[in-house]
This record gives sequence, structure tokens and C-alpha cells, in this order.
Amino acid sequence: MFDLSTLTLAKLIRDREVSVKEAVCGYIDEIERTNNKYNAFITLAKERALERVEIIQAKIDSGEDLSLLCGVPIAIKDNISTAGLKTTCASKMLSDYVPVYNATVVDKLEQAGMIVIGKLNMDEFAMGGSSETGIFGVTHNPFDETRVAGGSSGGSAAAVAGKQIPLSLGSDTGGSIRQPCAFCGTTGIKPTYGAVSRYGLLAYASSLDQIGPIANNINDCAALFSLISGGDIKDSTCVSEKSFAFSENNEERMEGIRVGLPRNYFTSGIDSGVKEAVMSAVKEFEAAGAAIIEFEMPLLEYMVPAYYIIACAEASSNLSRYDGLKYGYRSADAKTLSEVYLKSRSEGFGLEVKRRIMLGSFVLSSGYYDAYYKKALQTRALLKDAYNRLFTQFDVIISPVAPTTAYKIGENIDDPMKMYMGDIYTVSVNLAGLPAAALPCGFDGDGLPVGFQLIGDAFSEEKLIRIARIYQNRTNYHNTTISAGRK
Amino acid sequence: MTIDNKLISYLEDLSYLSLADDEKVRLTGDLEEILNYMARLKELDTENVSERSHPFDNVNAFRDDEVMASFDRQLILRNAPVEEAGMFSSPQTVGE
Repeated sequence: MFDLSTLTLAKLIRDREVSVKEAVCGYIDEIERTNNKYNAFITLAKERALERVEIIQAKIDSGEDLSLLCGVPIAIKDNISTAGLKTTCASKMLSDYVPVYNATVVDKLEQAGMIVIGKLNMDEFAMGGSSETGIFGVTHNPFDETRVAGGSSGGSAAAVAGKQIPLSLGSDTGGSIRQPCAFCGTTGIKPTYGAVSRYGLLAYASSLDQIGPIANNINDCAALFSLISGGDIKDSTCVSEKSFAFSENNEERMEGIRVGLPRNYFTSGIDSGVKEAVMSAVKEFEAAGAAIIEFEMPLLEYMVPAYYIIACAEASSNLSRYDGLKYGYRSADAKTLSEVYLKSRSEGFGLEVKRRIMLGSFVLSSGYYDAYYKKALQTRALLKDAYNRLFTQFDVIISPVAPTTAYKIGENIDDPMKMYMGDIYTVSVNLAGLPAAALPCGFDGDGLPVGFQLIGDAFSEEKLIRIARIYQNRTNYHNTTISAGRK
Repeated sequence: MTIDNKLISYLEDLSYLSLADDEKVRLTGDLEEILNYMARLKELDTENVSERSHPFDNVNAFRDDEVMASFDRQLILRNAPVEEAGMFSSPQTVGE
């Protein structure tokens, strides 16, 4: 069961060759057996899952057609609200917070007959690239447990890579789905901004955040994307009226597809093992008949500064809601209202969260607003225009996800600039609101997975997924298990 | 730019945060390095470029203006750190 694709498992469940209980209990046993190694799960929702098992099995037995992933277990990043189930953002601030409502994506999954079996580890409030900053401890990379799983959706990628769950949901504000997928050898999609509802996603940077699927291959991701995408009256920025229509095919050729290759992404600051593996993916596209067109990506050195200014500005505003009064942590020492605010926030947030709130406060403050925040918004406009021009020439752009493979736990945690620079290839996609898929494309000299990303024009998921599928139809990296990948 | 104690205290006030001494030392160095790196945006010519705060131009998908059920008060109050008489409770707010 653990080596099947999710769609195959789903078919066995629909055909009643595997019961929903067997699938759910099988994965719960696996989580209980391996979670001390990976620390990918923060909460295991055993009882909630087992209650749902009976209901969903009865529906399948009565011939009800719920969805193509009906009866399949799934786990959710712990910044996505689950009614009655703790949603902590891996923060002391929310360590006892139990939402009273489901995020729209969770409602959609449950209506589709999927079974939520737990909540996944992450960087505190999704602020980080290594899943080391949360209060529940570090998530370990299943390919090498001394290394990070990436972040901020590290638990979501590690749980899939470690075969603890067939599918998961993550969120991506500046690369938080794609980078952990690259580090853990999994496949993930950061959808177009507005393709998936953000209702119930605990906000970090509202103009950049998107929820997306993580799985072992693009078909499973696409199936999950078809369930979570589409409009939502509770999110006015969710502009996509229709859900993604899932279909499979066995195409292996890419004639007529124009692939942009930003040559300046490969000149400096990238590990040779990453460069080699990504270039081998480019060769595969060429062999499939795609036209590879090199170009110089504009604004490369301005992407990380613009992203962090905007993300921190939005974060400083979004996190002002944590006041110690309505929900979340409240300091026991506070005697006055000002002290409630000050002490609850100072004791409830970790260092990286404080760093970003203060950066955000700085760039929005009087005297610095024009030089930082306004300038970053203008850079964003230039970047968006640049992407608009590029997508008149290309169907997709191919690029690395991260300049390195998974690094050692603790290696970068005290060097925020180094950590931020690790986002250089991913953040521009969020600034422009574009969709991108992260796909495994080989291993470096240490046997660690390397991922590349395909970036598409806004709302071009159908084309993006089709091209990603052709790549995976021709390659086998997505089927390489942790034991085979490890040296 | 240089980050000094005065600026750190100002940012603590704006952020409603009070840093411990070791955090202050860490963040002073970090913020200086990060802000100096961010300042490279100044090189970029952005004259006559409008600001873009959102990835797309048409951002709002409006719903019909209909009354819908809201959440149950008691359920919401279960997450309140301190609750009193069906309300969120805070220390005295006036004349503090």
C-alpha cells in the first residue's frame, strides 16, 4: 500500500479491494512507528479519523461516488484551520488553539470523502526555510535524518517522503511548498494566487500566501488540486470560479512546447550537484522535443529584498491580531491591558517571528516607507511586467528550486541572511502570483534529492501539470524511495 | 544604515514587543545586515513605476450581500484566555 500511487490506492478503495479502515489504520500505524524519527506530525487525529472511516466506508458501500480520492487519508500543515483539532502554527502563541471552523480546503477534502489524520510540523507561523523554528522541534529529512526537511512546509514534505501519508497540504508564501519538496524528493504545486481559497489559512503575508498539494508524483498532486481549487464566497481574492479538471494521459513528447531557461540562475551561488541535476532535466525536455530558449532573468538581485520587505510588512500587520485577549497565549504576569499585549506577544512569539514583525514595522514606519516598502512594491510591478513579457515567449520557465540540497540541522539557523538567500529562485513566483510545480530530478553527490521547478503563466495550471506529467512519464526520480536514494 | 538602541526601542514600541537582552543583541546585528542588503533596491530606477500591492489587477470576487449564520458565541469563547459573563475579559482599559 505504501508504495502505490495515491490514485491507485484510491481506486482499490473505490473497488472495495482495500477498506478505508485498512488504509487509514495502516498509515496511522506507520506514523506511530516512524514519527520519532521524522517529527513530521504535530498532532495525530486518530479518533476523528476513525469516526470518519465508518461514515465514508458506508457511502462507498452504498455506491455513492464522492470523488477520485474518496477514502484516502491526508494530513494538513498546522497553519490550516481544522475545526475541533488543534491548529498551532508551531507557535507557543497558538499551542492550545482549537479552531471553531474548517478552512475551506479542509471542508472540500472532507466533502470529497478524504480522511484528515493529522497536522504537520512547520516553521513557526510559516516563517522559515528549514522547519527548525517551531516549538515542537525540528522536522528531519527522511533521506538523511541529520538534515533539515526544508520549510516552511517541512512536515508536509517529510511525511510524504517518509511514506507516513500519501498526500498532504502545505502553504507557499515564498517557496514553502516547493523548497521542502525539493529537499525531500517529493512533488508539489504552488497554485496561482486566487486559484485556491485561503479562508482558514492563518495569514502570514496575505498577497503572497497560497495553499497547495504535496504528493509523490504530479498526477496525485493534480488530483488533490482538483479537489481544493475553485471559488469560495468566503475569500474575495479567490477569483478562480471553476475547479481544476483532472485528467490523466501517457504523453511522452513535448513538440511545440517552448521552455525558457534563465541562464543567470546557474552562474553563481548554486551548488554543482543541483546545477547538474537541473540541467539533466533540461536535457530531458530537449530529448522530448521541447524548444529550450535561454534568456537572462531580469531583476534577479532585487527579488529577495523586495520579497522580504513585502512579506515582513504584511506579517507585521497580520500578526498584530495576536493580542492575548481573544484567543491564543496570554501572559500570566500581565496586570494592565498594555502588559497583556506586550508580555503575551513577547513570550508567545519566537525569535524569527519577532525579527520579521520588527522588519515589517521598520519598512512601514514613517521616514523609511518610501525607501523600502514603496520601492519594493514598485519592484514587484517591474517583476510582474517582466513575467508578462516572458510568457508571451514561453509556455513554461524551468529553474532550480533552491541553490542547495538539504543542509545539516542547525547549519543555517543562526544566519538569517543565508537562510533568506536560499529563497532566491522561488520568491519571484509569489510576488507575481504565478503557479509553479516542484519536481524531483535526481540526487547530488551525497545522495540527497534535487528538485527543479516549472513556472507557468497565471492560471495556466492545466498546461503546467501536463508538461510536468510528460516529464514524469519519461523519468523515474519521483518513484525513488528513501532507501534507494540514500547512499 | 546603523541600528542603534534608540531605533530598536522604537521598533519594539511599534511592534508591541519587548525583547530580552540577548534577543536585542541578536536582532540589532541581524536587522542591520538584512536592511543593508534590502537597501540595494535603491539602485533600481523606479521613476514613474506604480506600486503593485497585489499580483493581479482585478482582485475582488464579490459574494451576494446576504445574511448568513455566524459562529456560536460559547464555542468562540472556549479559545479566550480569560472569559467573563460570555465576553472576552481584559484588565482595566481606562485610566491604566
